Amino acid sequence: MTDTFGTPSRRGFLGLALGAGAFGLAGAGKAAPRQVKTNANILILGAGAAGAALANRLIERLDGAAITLVDGRREHWYQPGFSLIAAGLKPARYSVSQTTDWLPSDVTLKQDWAANIDPEARKVALAGGEVLSYDYLIVATGLSLDHDAIEGFSLDMVGQDGIGALYAGPDYAAKTWQAASKFTENGGVGLFTRPATEMKCAGAPLKHTFLIDDLARKAGSRGKMDVHYMANNNSLFGVPIVSEKVRMLFGDRGITPDYSHVLTGIDAGSKRARFDTPEGSVERDYDYIHIIPPQRAPDVVRQSGLSWADKWVGEGWMEVDKASLRHLRYPEVFALGDVAGVPKGKTAASVKWQVPVVEEHLVAQIAGDTTDAAYNGYTSCPLITQVGRAMLVEFNYNNNLTPSFPGIIAPLEELWISWLMKEVALKATYNAMLRGKA
Amino acid sequence: MQDLTFTTLIAVFEEIFGRGLFWAMVFAALIVTALYLFVLIRDRAVSWKKFLWAQLSMPFGAIAAVLFVQGMTRSGFADIGGPIDAIVLLAVAAGGAVGMAILVYTIESLFWRQGGEG
Repeated sequence: MTDTFGTPSRRGFLGLALGAGAFGLAGAGKAAPRQVKTNANILILGAGAAGAALANRLIERLDGAAITLVDGRREHWYQPGFSLIAAGLKPARYSVSQTTDWLPSDVTLKQDWAANIDPEARKVALAGGEVLSYDYLIVATGLSLDHDAIEGFSLDMVGQDGIGALYAGPDYAAKTWQAASKFTENGGVGLFTRPATEMKCAGAPLKHTFLIDDLARKAGSRGKMDVHYMANNNSLFGVPIVSEKVRMLFGDRGITPDYSHVLTGIDAGSKRARFDTPEGSVERDYDYIHIIPPQRAPDVVRQSGLSWADKWVGEGWMEVDKASLRHLRYPEVFALGDVAGVPKGKTAASVKWQVPVVEEHLVAQIAGDTTDAAYNGYTSCPLITQVGRAMLVEFNYNNNLTPSFPGIIAPLEELWISWLMKEVALKATYNAMLRGKA
Repeated sequence: MQDLTFTTLIAVFEEIFGRGLFWAMVFAALIVTALYLFVLIRDRAVSWKKFLWAQLSMPFGAIAAVLFVQGMTRSGFADIGGPIDAIVLLAVAAGGAVGMAILVYTIESLFWRQGGEG
């Protein structure tokens, strides 16, 4: 070394740069929580957002645990993308990947559906006949869309005769755009519905309404359209302050809210829809209708005895503590995601907050310890109000707004930055969550 | 957002661009910055002639950065909805301008060294 400190030179500079780089890399590492040694047998039903994220995190925390996931679907669906697909902004493949893309190599994936859960015997039977026993069970099955509950409707109608149903999957979301795009060209009466049950992402029916309104506006055909939002009760969103804001935006956009109109059936031939209202059944003509069916826990959960008996009767959500997500009668059973019987939290953003809580409780339980990790009902909804703008609405169990960037990103303002986050960062954050890194 | 740590941020950026492209871009930015510092140290002076060209390139960098972001996100100037949006827009433009200036200055210094100078 001929270089001396204090005299800038090419070689000295290079050494400095490399040293800084090495220091930066060393500094980026975070001390990992200590691993717990165990031979526990952990069974996760569902390898969707919640199941995959938890599996990736447990692998890091537990040394020696046998982790098995059960999911009959090979495809992983990025459900927050469905609203964009149904507005023609993304292709169906935007939301589709393979379940195996997201799972760590040292877990077992059973590509089958759970057919029976016996929480007394701690056994789960699969549709194919195999029976799995467990020490700890995490139910992350998601929910079932009860399309049969809408009389006269079946999924093969989606995309034709002015019928959309974006919740049913990426392909149905794309078909929804086929029907919706004709509506934006030809105009007529549009009815945008939502069910009276608990549902995943209560913002999605609003987003679809706003997006179709905006696309028609930009195509110059909005004047030919009569747009109605069919609310299930006398509000437009579960959080009162957000509901009021949406009411004002609807006023601004010329979208008519029809309160307490719950879709019960359609006649696709004559394009008429039936709604339950406080005044009885009413029929309405439509040129485009967006159908979101009632939503319930999957049959296997409803038949397992794990559901609430006295809350959400007929919907079957799991009877868990709303802070720890631990089952109230079976302490080795947890619920994650849509299937959990908690007042809020049927979104991917909720899953992101729920997964670390269940992880902490499970790891503490295995280690013979306790934890005060708690889920506060956090839910986030980038409520798109036009192509290019959204409101970043975040709230908790108490219907309080919980903005991530208070004073910087206003939750009830239509902002470009909120749209940028949805467009650029949301799927990336979701993917990082699946890998257990966010 | 929960636990917005540096490692989370890195993980998110890896997902946005793909791991390879993200680190290639970080590496490219570091290289250009390092080369810029290198020519400053080598020449032991700022060349105001080169700096003039660098400054003249700044508006183009600013406009290119804004159009790039808008193009990638299907949005436009009409979507600016509040003060934070204007700040983000200006930040994107400023980033593009400074990046372009550094790039132009560095390229000039490395490849168009006039005889006798430095």
